[in-house]
Amino acid sequence: MESHLLSWITFTPLIGMLAVLAAPRRAQTLIQLIALCATLVPLVLATILYFVAFDPGRADYQLVERVDWIRTIRAEYYVGIDGLSLSLVWLTTLLLFIAVPASFSVERAGKAYYALLLLLEVGIIGVFVSLDYFLFYVFWEVMLLPMYFLIGIWGGPRREYAAIKFFLYTLFGSVLMLVAIVALRLDAGTFSIPTLVELARAGRLTGANLPGGGELLGMSFGAWCFWFLFIGFAIKIPVAPLHTWLPDAHVEAPTPISVILAGILLKLGGYGLLRACFPILPAEFREYAFALGALGAFSIVYGAFVALGQTDFKRLIAYSSVSHMGFVLLGTAAMTEWGTSGAALQMFNHGTSSAALFLIVGVIYDRVHHRDLNAFGGISQVAPRYWAMSTIAFFSALGLPGFAGFVSEALTLIGAFQSSDPRFKLLVAISAIGLVIGAAYMLWAMQRVFLGRLDPKYAKLSDINLREVFSQAPLLFLCVVLGIFPFLVLDPMGPSVARLIGLLRGSP
Amino acid sequence: MPLPDFDPTTDFTLLGVAALLPLVAAVLCWVVGRRLPGGGGFLGTLATGVAAAIGLFLFGHALHQSGAGGEPFRWFSREHGLSFDVLASRADAPGPSLPFGILYDGLGSAMFAVVTTISFLVHLYSIGYMREDPRRHVYFGNIGLFTTAMLGLVLADNLLLLFVCWELMGFASWLLIGHYAHDPLSPRRELSARAATKAFLTTRIGDVCLLLALGMLYSHYGTLELSQLWRVVGEEVGRNSGVFPEWLLWTGMLILVGVIGKSAQFPLHGWLPDAMEGPTPVSAMIHAATMVAAGVFLLGRSYPLLAPAVLDTAAVVGAFTAIFAATVASAQNGIKAVLAWSTISQLGFMVAAVGLGGVVAGMFHMVTHAFFKACLFLSAGSVIHGSANEHDLSRMGGLRKSMPITFACMALATMAIAGVPLFAGFYSKDAILQVAFERAAVDHGGPGMFASIALPVAAAFTSFYMFRLLFLAFFGAPRTAHQAHESHWTLLVPLIVLAALSVVGGHLWVATPMDLFAHDVQPWFRELVSLTSLYGTPAVGVIHGIDPDQSRAIHSSALAVSIAAAGLGLVIAWLVYVRNARTPSPSERKSHALSRAAASSYHMDQLAHAVVVAPVRSLARLCAGVDRHLVDGAVVGGGWAARLAGLLSAAFDRVVVDGAVNALGALVALCGSLLRLLQTGRIQQYAAFALIGGIAAAAWLILSP
Amino acid sequence: MGLGAYLCVSAALLVIGIALMLARRNILYVLMGLELILNAANINFVAFARFSASPLDGRMFAIFVIILAAAEAAVALAIILHVVQLFHSVKPSAVDRLRE
Repeated sequence: MESHLLSWITFTPLIGMLAVLAAPRRAQTLIQLIALCATLVPLVLATILYFVAFDPGRADYQLVERVDWIRTIRAEYYVGIDGLSLSLVWLTTLLLFIAVPASFSVERAGKAYYALLLLLEVGIIGVFVSLDYFLFYVFWEVMLLPMYFLIGIWGGPRREYAAIKFFLYTLFGSVLMLVAIVALRLDAGTFSIPTLVELARAGRLTGANLPGGGELLGMSFGAWCFWFLFIGFAIKIPVAPLHTWLPDAHVEAPTPISVILAGILLKLGGYGLLRACFPILPAEFREYAFALGALGAFSIVYGAFVALGQTDFKRLIAYSSVSHMGFVLLGTAAMTEWGTSGAALQMFNHGTSSAALFLIVGVIYDRVHHRDLNAFGGISQVAPRYWAMSTIAFFSALGLPGFAGFVSEALTLIGAFQSSDPRFKLLVAISAIGLVIGAAYMLWAMQRVFLGRLDPKYAKLSDINLREVFSQAPLLFLCVVLGIFPFLVLDPMGPSVARLIGLLRGSP
Repeated sequence: MPLPDFDPTTDFTLLGVAALLPLVAAVLCWVVGRRLPGGGGFLGTLATGVAAAIGLFLFGHALHQSGAGGEPFRWFSREHGLSFDVLASRADAPGPSLPFGILYDGLGSAMFAVVTTISFLVHLYSIGYMREDPRRHVYFGNIGLFTTAMLGLVLADNLLLLFVCWELMGFASWLLIGHYAHDPLSPRRELSARAATKAFLTTRIGDVCLLLALGMLYSHYGTLELSQLWRVVGEEVGRNSGVFPEWLLWTGMLILVGVIGKSAQFPLHGWLPDAMEGPTPVSAMIHAATMVAAGVFLLGRSYPLLAPAVLDTAAVVGAFTAIFAATVASAQNGIKAVLAWSTISQLGFMVAAVGLGGVVAGMFHMVTHAFFKACLFLSAGSVIHGSANEHDLSRMGGLRKSMPITFACMALATMAIAGVPLFAGFYSKDAILQVAFERAAVDHGGPGMFASIALPVAAAFTSFYMFRLLFLAFFGAPRTAHQAHESHWTLLVPLIVLAALSVVGGHLWVATPMDLFAHDVQPWFRELVSLTSLYGTPAVGVIHGIDPDQSRAIHSSALAVSIAAAGLGLVIAWLVYVRNARTPSPSERKSHALSRAAASSYHMDQLAHAVVVAPVRSLARLCAGVDRHLVDGAVVGGGWAARLAGLLSAAFDRVVVDGAVNALGALVALCGSLLRLLQTGRIQQYAAFALIGGIAAAAWLILSP
Repeated sequence: MGLGAYLCVSAALLVIGIALMLARRNILYVLMGLELILNAANINFVAFARFSASPLDGRMFAIFVIILAAAEAAVALAIILHVVQLFHSVKPSAVDRLRE
C-alpha cells in the first residue's frame, strides 16, 4: 500500500466523485458527508506521507510509480514526490477538506457541485505528483474544466464573464505549454521530466533532433520553449501583466472556490516553473534571470498599488495575491539558497493566509451580501471573535514577524539581496515599497471594516459561527505555528531545494 | 553576603522563562480572561512581577561582577550551547539556518530589569485604571504580548531576532493605540483607529529600511549575529584605516531611518502625539519608557556598524528634534500631548548623545527617562482619572489639594526630567551635555557645535514646559466645577515607586550623590555598561583628543549649563503661571500678549513675558502649526498620494490591461461577425464562390512551375 | 476539323451553362445550366475518345454521365417543385433561410 500512496491520494477523490454522482439528488446531507469523507481520506494519507513515508534527508523523488501508459507516444503514468511537491500536496488536501464545510453555505450546491469539486482535487494533486510531462498536461487540463463550471454556475452576478475569461486565458497559456511539451518530446524522445532534466544537465537538449535545429525567427529552440512554458505558467501564478483574469475570477467565484483558487491553484504556476520549466532549460533561465526577477518585483509593487485602490473587499485580496506571488518569482530568479527556499515557503504560506483571508471575506459577505469597503465600519464591536481571527489573518498576510508570511518574505528578500547579480539589490529595494504599501492597504481595509463607527444596520450581525471557525482555525494555526517554527516546512524541502539550485546554476 | 556568580545554564533558562511568562499570561487573558476576576489582570501582574524579580536578581549579578573591577559582564547563550534555530531543526541540514540566542550584558541586564519593573508597575496600575473597561482582558493580553516582545528585543543576540521583536512591538502598539476604536461608547473611535494605522505605517517605513539593512549585512558577511558583526566590521574598518566602505555607510543610514521611525525623530515623529489616543498606561509603557527607546537601544547595539557620517547625521537629527519638539511641547494644552512631545524631545537627546559618541551617556538617559517619563504619564493618568476624563490643562487647576500624592509624585518626576540637581535626570542630562561639549571642543564646529547650542536650549525648554504643566494642573484656583479626587491605591503605588526611582535612579551613575561634583569618580553605570562590555573592545566610540584638564573644565561647564537651563525654565514658568496666574485659554492669540502688556503697569515679569516668553511661545505655536500642516501634512499627503496612485493603478488595470484582454476577445468576435456576412444562404453565391475558388486553384496548379 | 473545334464547342457550352447557373432569374435556369455543363463535359469526353488510342473509355464515361445526369435531374426537379411550393417564388434569392 505504501508504494502506491501517491496514487491513492490522487484518486480517492475520484472514487468519492463517483459515489456522489450515484447518490440520490435529494440526499443533500449524504452528499455532503460523502464529500467530507472523500476529502478527509486524502488529508489523512497526505499527513502520513508528510511525517512518516517521506524521508526528509533525500533529494531525489520518492514513492515513485512508473507504468507504461500510451505506448505509441511513449507516455507513462510516472508519479513521484520530492521536497518541493510534498508540502503543496498536503496543502491541497487540507484546503479541499476545508472547502467542503465552507461550501455548505453556497446556494444550490448539490451533486454536481461536489462532484466537480472532487474532480478538481484529482486534477490538482495529479499535477503535483506527475513526473511525466504528458500526464502533467492531462491533469493540468483536468482541473480547468471543473473550475469553469464551478465559477460559471455557482458564482456571482458576472459569473459567466469571469468563468469564460478564466478558462480562455488559462487555456491560451496551456496551449503554448503544449507546443513546448511536444517540441521537447520530439527533441528528447521522452516525456519523462527527470530524464529531460538529466538531458538538459548534460547539454543534450538543444533542439538538434528537430528540423532546422529548432531555430525559428532568430530565437533558439531553448528560448522558444522557455518563453512558451514561462508564459503558460506565468498566467497561472499570476505575474503582472498577465493577471487580469484573477480579480474577476475571484470576485465572482463562491467563497470556497476562491479559497481553492487562491490557496492552491495559483501555486500550480509557481510549482510548474520550479519543476518543469527552469530545471529543463537552465541556460535560458540564467540568461533571463534578471528579467524574471524584475517581473517579480513589478508584480509585487503593481499588485500592492492596485490593491490600495480597491473598494471591493474580495478584489483587494485578489490583488494582494498578485503582489504576494511576485515574491515567488523574485526569490527563484535570485538563484540563492535563501531565495529559493523563501520562494517555495512563500507558496505554502500564501496558500494558508490567502485562503484564510477569503474565508474571512466570505463570513461577512454571507451576512450582508455586499463587499463594499466604504460601507462597513465598527464590525469589531458586534463580532469580536471574528475580529480576532481576522487580525491574525491580516497580519500574517502583511508579513508581520511572528507569523508565517514574514519568514518567507524575509527569506526571499534577503536571498535576493545575496544574488550574484548586483542588480537584484535594486529589485529588492523596489520590492520594499511593496512591503510598505502592503501594510497600508491591509491596515486600511481593517480600519474600514472593523474599526470606527458602527453603522446601525450592522448592529444585529451574528458573530462567527462554529462551522466558519472550523474552516479557518487550521489555516490560522498554521500561520502562527510556521511563523515560530518554519523549519517544519523548510526541513523536508531543504535537500530538494539545494538540488534545484545546483541544477539551475549549472554546477556539475 | 556575596551574590553567586552568573551561571549560564540556569540563568539563561531563567531569562528565557522570564521573557516568555508575560506571553503565557497574555494568551490566557485573551482566551479566558473575560471570565476571570479583574479581566485577568492579576495574571499579567503576577507574570511580570516574577519576571521583574528575576530581572532585578540577575541585574544584581551584573552589578556585582562588573563592580568588582573584574572582567566586563557579557554572556552569550550560543557559547553555552543554548540556541534555537528557526529555519532548520538539524544543524547539518542543507538549507538556510539562523540560530537565535541570548546576549546578556550590562546594558541588557539594566534594560531587562527596567522593562520588567515598569511593566509590572503598569500592570498593577492598569488593574485600577481599566476597571470599568469591558475589554480589559484583551488589553491585558496585548500588554503582555508587548512585554515579551520588548524583553526579546533586549535579550536578542541576533539582528533578525531583534527585528522580529521590533515589529511585534509595533503590532502590540497598534492593538493598544486602537483599543478605544472598538468601544461603541467612545467618541474618539475614528481617531483611535486612524492613529493606530498611522503609527504602524510610519514605523513600517523605518522597519522596511531596517530589513533592507539586514539584507545588506547578511549578503556581505553571511551572519546577523551581533558579536560576529562587531568583530568583522571592526576588522574591515581597521584594515581600511578607519574608513567605512560605502555600502556599509548606506546600511548605517538605513538603520538610522529605522531608528528615526521607531523613536519618533524628525521627520517620522508625527505618529507619537497621535498615539496618545490609547489608554494612558499604554502611553506610559510603550510610548515613553520602552518601545520608543527600542530605537535608541538599536543604535547602541549597532554602534560599531555605523559610519561617522551616519553618526553625525544622527547627532544633528537628534539635536534638532530635541529642540524642535521642546518648543512644540511648550505650546500644547493637552496634558498627554505635552508629555508626548516631551518624549520626542528626550529621545532626541538620546539619539544625539549616541551620534556624538557618548553611547554610555545615551543609554543611561534611556534608563532614567524610562523612570521619570513613566511616572509622569501614570501621574497624568491619575489626574485624568480623578478629574473625570479631563485632558485639557486649561480646564485644570488647584489639584494640589485634592490629589496630594499624585502631585508629589509628579513634582518629583518633573524635577527629574527638568534636570534639577541630585535627581535622576540631572545626571544623565549632564552626561549628555558633557559629551556634546567635548565633541564641540574636538571638532570645532559641525554636529558637536550644533548640539552644544541646541541641547542646552532644549533643556531649558524642557524645564519650562514641564513646570508649566505642573503649575497649570496643580497650582492656582480650580478652573472647573468638578471636584477631583485622589486615585485608588493600585494607581498610586506604582506612582510612588517610580517617583522614588526618579529620585534615586540617577545614583547608578555615581556612588554618592555629591560625587558628581568631584571629577574622578567612576560611575557604576559606566562600569556596568562600558564600551568593552558592549562591544568587546574599548576603542569604539571614544571621543579622542581630550586631555584630563580639558575634560574637567568641560565637565564643570556642562554642570553649570545644565543647572542654569533647569533653573531658567523653572523661574520663567513660575513667573508666568504662578506669579501671574496666567491661564492658557483655548482662544489665546498673539495680540493678547501685547495688549495685556500695554494695559498693565509694565512689571518686570510682564516685561519678561512680553520680551521672552510670548515670542517664544508664538514660535512654539508656529512650529506646532508647521508640524501639523507641513510635516505631518506631507505624511498625510503621502497617504493620499498613495491612495490616489492606488486608484489610478486600479483604473489603469481595469481599463488598459484588462481592456486589452477584452479587446482581444472583442476582436475575435468582430472577425467572427464579419465572416458571418459571407453566409447569405443563397446557393448561387455559394456556387459562385466555389467556382472562383476552383478556377483560382486550377490556375495556380497549371501555372506554377 | 481537329480536336480544338470540339473543345471550343464544349467550352462555349460550359460558359453558357455557368452563366445560366449564376443568373438570378429563375431556379430552373440553375438546373438547365447544370445540364449544359454536364453535356459540355460529355462532349469533351467523346472528343478525346475520338482522337485517342483507347476510344472506348471516353464513350463509356459519357454514357455514365448521361445516366447520372438523368437521375440527378429527376431528383433535382422534385426538390425544386417542393421549394417553389414552399417559398411561392421561382427566384433563387428567395431561398435564403439558411443564412448566418
